[in-house]
Amino acid sequence: MKVALEVTLEVALEVALEVGSYRHDLGPSIHRTESSWVHGCGPNANPEPPEIMPPNVSALQVRGLTKRFDRPAVDALDLTVWSGEFYALLGPNGAGKTTTLRMVAGLLRPDAGTVSILGIDALADPVAAKQIMAWVSDEPMIYDKLTPLEYLEFVAGLWGIDAKIAESSAQDLLVSLGLEPHLHERCEGFSKGMRQKVALAGALVHDPRLIILDEPLTGLDALSARHVKGLLQARVQAGCTVIMTTHILEVAERMADRIGVIAKGRLVAEGTLTELRLQNGRNDTSLEDMFIALVDTEAAAA
Amino acid sequence: MSSATAITWFARHEIRLAWREWLAMMTGARKKRTRAVIGLLLLAAILHLPAYAVIGRFADLQAPLDKSALIVVTATIFLAWALMLSQAIESVTRVFYARADLDLIMSSPVRLNNIFSVRIAAIALSVTAMALLLSSPFVDVLMIAGGIRWLSAFGVVIAIGLSAAAVAIAITVLLFRLIGPSRTRLAAQIIAAIIGAGFVIALQVAAILSYGTLSRFAVLTSDAAAAYAPDFDSPLWWPARAAIGDGEMLSLLLAGSLVLLGGVMAIFSPKFAGTVVSASATATTTRRGSRTTSFRRGSRQSALRWKELLLLRRDPWLVSQSLMQLLYLVPPALMLWRSFSDSSAATVLITPVIVMAAGQLAGGLAWLTISGEDAADLVATAPMPPGSVIRAKVEVVMIAITAIFAPLIAALAIASPIQAMVTAIFVIIATVSAAAIQLWFRVQAKRSQFRRRQTSSRIATFAEAFCSIGWAATAILAVTIPIAAVISGAMTALMLAATWKISPQRE
Repeated sequence: MKVALEVTLEVALEVALEVGSYRHDLGPSIHRTESSWVHGCGPNANPEPPEIMPPNVSALQVRGLTKRFDRPAVDALDLTVWSGEFYALLGPNGAGKTTTLRMVAGLLRPDAGTVSILGIDALADPVAAKQIMAWVSDEPMIYDKLTPLEYLEFVAGLWGIDAKIAESSAQDLLVSLGLEPHLHERCEGFSKGMRQKVALAGALVHDPRLIILDEPLTGLDALSARHVKGLLQARVQAGCTVIMTTHILEVAERMADRIGVIAKGRLVAEGTLTELRLQNGRNDTSLEDMFIALVDTEAAAA
Repeated sequence: MSSATAITWFARHEIRLAWREWLAMMTGARKKRTRAVIGLLLLAAILHLPAYAVIGRFADLQAPLDKSALIVVTATIFLAWALMLSQAIESVTRVFYARADLDLIMSSPVRLNNIFSVRIAAIALSVTAMALLLSSPFVDVLMIAGGIRWLSAFGVVIAIGLSAAAVAIAITVLLFRLIGPSRTRLAAQIIAAIIGAGFVIALQVAAILSYGTLSRFAVLTSDAAAAYAPDFDSPLWWPARAAIGDGEMLSLLLAGSLVLLGGVMAIFSPKFAGTVVSASATATTTRRGSRTTSFRRGSRQSALRWKELLLLRRDPWLVSQSLMQLLYLVPPALMLWRSFSDSSAATVLITPVIVMAAGQLAGGLAWLTISGEDAADLVATAPMPPGSVIRAKVEVVMIAITAIFAPLIAALAIASPIQAMVTAIFVIIATVSAAAIQLWFRVQAKRSQFRRRQTSSRIATFAEAFCSIGWAATAILAVTIPIAAVISGAMTALMLAATWKISPQRE
């Protein structure tokens, strides 16, 4: 009886792992385990029984999102990112990517539209939405006079993370990003890449369920970029959702489950790489060619 | 490009940069510059009134001056020189550490000696231009009331401006040689602050110790000062004699300052390049923070407070700025100490000085905590209501002010408990007012832009200054004439309300 139970469990585990590895092909309908409120995805996740997310749960749902400056920056945008997905948002300079993400992160008030983060209305209850979200901008915003460890201590304090868990998580994160020799050095002498890594560690230390990154790989050397990509992929594997803007199309091509292309504040194409290729009518087209074609078409239409 | 062409080209470039920087500083980088310029002209016109009140009585001074008059005029000129020197040291430090521009210059195929000679001259010119601008209401008043001979005072301003720039460059380069580039930045800023305030404070200290008064003039016009002063033909009096219209003295002064500046350019231009390289190199050196043993437990607000206090403590620039404020507390502290042995009525003057210093210091601290947020996105995306963030930041200002002023007020309580209580109340009011003004006019900026905080909103700057003065006046009146304090307090509160009414954050 005991042996039979063990075999059954093993088979069930195998099946679960197998399904997980094919997730990319199956799209958003199959989702990874999501767990606790705050410490659900990281290396220090709470030892609570895993909670299976129902299919088609959106991590981010944006409807009719609009923002005007001198001209419309984001124009009635509809966007859905599924839970546990790695979503890359592409677009030319000034397309509205950063404005969109800043509105989602609560840094900018939209003129119209709704933003829902894992079912929380981010405009009505921004504090609850921010609790499960992290934002990393292209310009690392850290404090020159703090050490990386102090910076992470501050971030953990802001998110109300238990000090013991946060400390261990901070150490792990900084070590995994190659910052171990600099744990107690003030950030003022750091290169841009090192600063970006500190900012990224800050975003991850509170184990967010939705991570929004605006050009996170800017200024990183190849090794650092690999570290960061590895870390983000591990988070996605653990059930977090990552939304990232990038101009490095190879990164989007290799890492993203789905890709959205935005131009003039509107989503002009969206799907997996295969779906985008099908939309474009050629199976062998690179993402770069597709991107340029889409952006050119939009420019011509305007 | 020939050497001469390179120098002229670079001089033009420097003048253009200086002009734009000056314009941005004066107009607060506003798009509607015409309005800003008109406002500034109006302000300059209004400034003639206080200038008349301060200096109008000296307009009739005629040569030969008696010794007391010579001492007062010379001391005034020396004070102006000290302030210019302070300003010039800051300018030179900024040039050394402004890397973006220097990387380009130093990688260009131009002789660095020439380039740095031009840059030294540009520093001298900008310091002198600023001095001319600030002194013009005073000199105008003297010319209107005392005749055209006072025009030579502008010549004196130019001479002391050039010499202050020359001395500033020499001091800063020597500091580099003596204590190294990493410490020079802080040391230069502290020296600038001490020089700027030191002379006035030294006079006050002397006045308190000798005459038991805060008046600087008590020392300058005393018989003792006249007895120790050198003879009439001493070079010490040249600036005073030049200011009242002695053309020969003015020519000598101008020639002397030009020779001094030329000498500094010749001696220090070759060293400038090396100094700049050292300064650039220090930007990449590492400084170790405290070895955190374990993360602190506490609320989100306490995390914010801890961060703010740590950053304030580690900000050397703020240390120098704070030092300037705290230096002004030396005379009242000294007076307090004297009052324990001598029940002088002048002790009452301590209250407004403390209240004003608290208001000014709180303004600076509030800017740093509220507007000067280096990781604004991080704090804005934290799961905290904006109100809690602001409250935590204002609490930091209150904590810092309490830590600085509580010992002084406690000492005052021993001498006069009522006065100490009034002082404490008005320190709180002045601090809250300054923080409120910073809150209403907050513009997100980097902490390193602290120096420019006063240019982002002229209204906020003036409101902050006038409120500090208003609360200081109300505090002294509360101790001496309570009925008048009610009127003064109401006027200051009205000013604060008017500031709120026109503030952008109200919208």
